[in-house]
Parts: sequence; structure tokens; C-alpha cells
Amino acid sequence: MGEEIGVGCARPTGGPVGKNLKEEKETKNENLLQEENMVMVGKPAPDFIAPAYHKGKFIEVKLSDYLGKWVLLCFYPGDFTFV
Amino acid sequence: MSIDSIFVHKMWDDNELSKMVKGGVPFPMMSDTGGRVGKVYGVYDEDAGVETRGRFIIDPDGIIQGYEVLTPPVGRNVAETIRQVQAFQLVRKTRGGEATPSGWKPGKKTLKPGPELVGNVWKEWTTDLAFEK
Repeated sequence: MGEEIGVGCARPTGGPVGKNLKEEKETKNENLLQEENMVMVGKPAPDFIAPAYHKGKFIEVKLSDYLGKWVLLCFYPGDFTFV
Repeated sequence: MSIDSIFVHKMWDDNELSKMVKGGVPFPMMSDTGGRVGKVYGVYDEDAGVETRGRFIIDPDGIIQGYEVLTPPVGRNVAETIRQVQAFQLVRKTRGGEATPSGWKPGKKTLKPGPELVGNVWKEWTTDLAFEK
């Protein structure tokens, strides 16, 4: 969990991982895409990897590495956005 | 998680958040440039190019038990989030044998769903229990 990553000038990005990835790239049908991606209570949380800053280090986070723990996943509009 | 880079996360933590939380933010501050994860979770605002205030409770099996999404100007209620996690943990521990009625918090009465409880919740639970006292 939380491997440290190398840092370069290109901004490292993550993204979703898992079974729907291929179809997501191949299909152009927006409605179909939305339905596939719909999150719902009682259903699995879509897995992803994302670069992160954690206590002085740059690491890579994978949601599925946290299986066995309770996870709070929080999104927000941006750093320095006041509330 | 936001659309900011990990470099901006570091600057925010170093220059502001660490002044509010001793030692800085204790959990990973994730970067989702492009909003690709946010799109999958339904919290990415295409027009504004940012993610809304979405909060997902994910259990140890990776199942989403609850979520809440707010528009940017309103902050969250962390105590309520913790209360919900405590409720889900109790339900999980009792394997669904107990359920937490409206307004439940640790120490308050739970309900045990079953044939005897059908139509009898009024004997076990009153509406004033739904409110903070």
C-alpha cells in the first residue's frame, strides 16, 4: 500500500482500473457509458489508482489495496477552496 | 481527491493545512488531473472542470455503503460522517441483526428487524428519538 513514486516534469496521473476499462475506451455511446459507470450504494466502489501526496512523500494509491478497511473517499473542488 | 496536481497538494498542506492540523493532513491527498476517477464516481462537473464535494463510505469488502455530494460552497459535517460509519459498523458486526433507526448514535437504541417488529415500531421507537438531544 502506498508505494513511493518518482517525480518528473510530466504530471503523473492515475485513473480507473478494472473490468470496464476496455469497453470505456472502445465505445462512443455516452448513455451506455453513464449507465456502466453509475455508482450505487450496495455495489462495489469502482477501483482506481491515483498519485498522492502523503506526509512529505509522493506515493501511488490503489483503492483495492484498502480492502479489509473502512474507507472514506472524499472529492473536493480544489486546493485552497476555503470550506 | 481533487483535480489538483500532487505538487499543489504539497503546497496547500505545507503552507496552510499544516497550520490547522498538527503534522499536516494525515491521509493521502490524491490527484485526479482530468477528473477521470471523478467521472466514474459521478462527481466531476464537466462545465466547471472540477469535482464536487462527494464523500463515499466504502466498507471492508469494497462495497459503497453510503455517499453524499454537495456543491462547492457548503462544507461537510464530519461528525455526521463518523456517525454513519459507526452505524454501518454496528450493522456489519451484528450481520444485519440490528438496524439503526433515524437519529441513532452510539449508545442509543437499535431495532431488531423480524416478524414481531412488523407494525410494532411505534412501541419501540418514538419520533423525538430522531432529533439530537
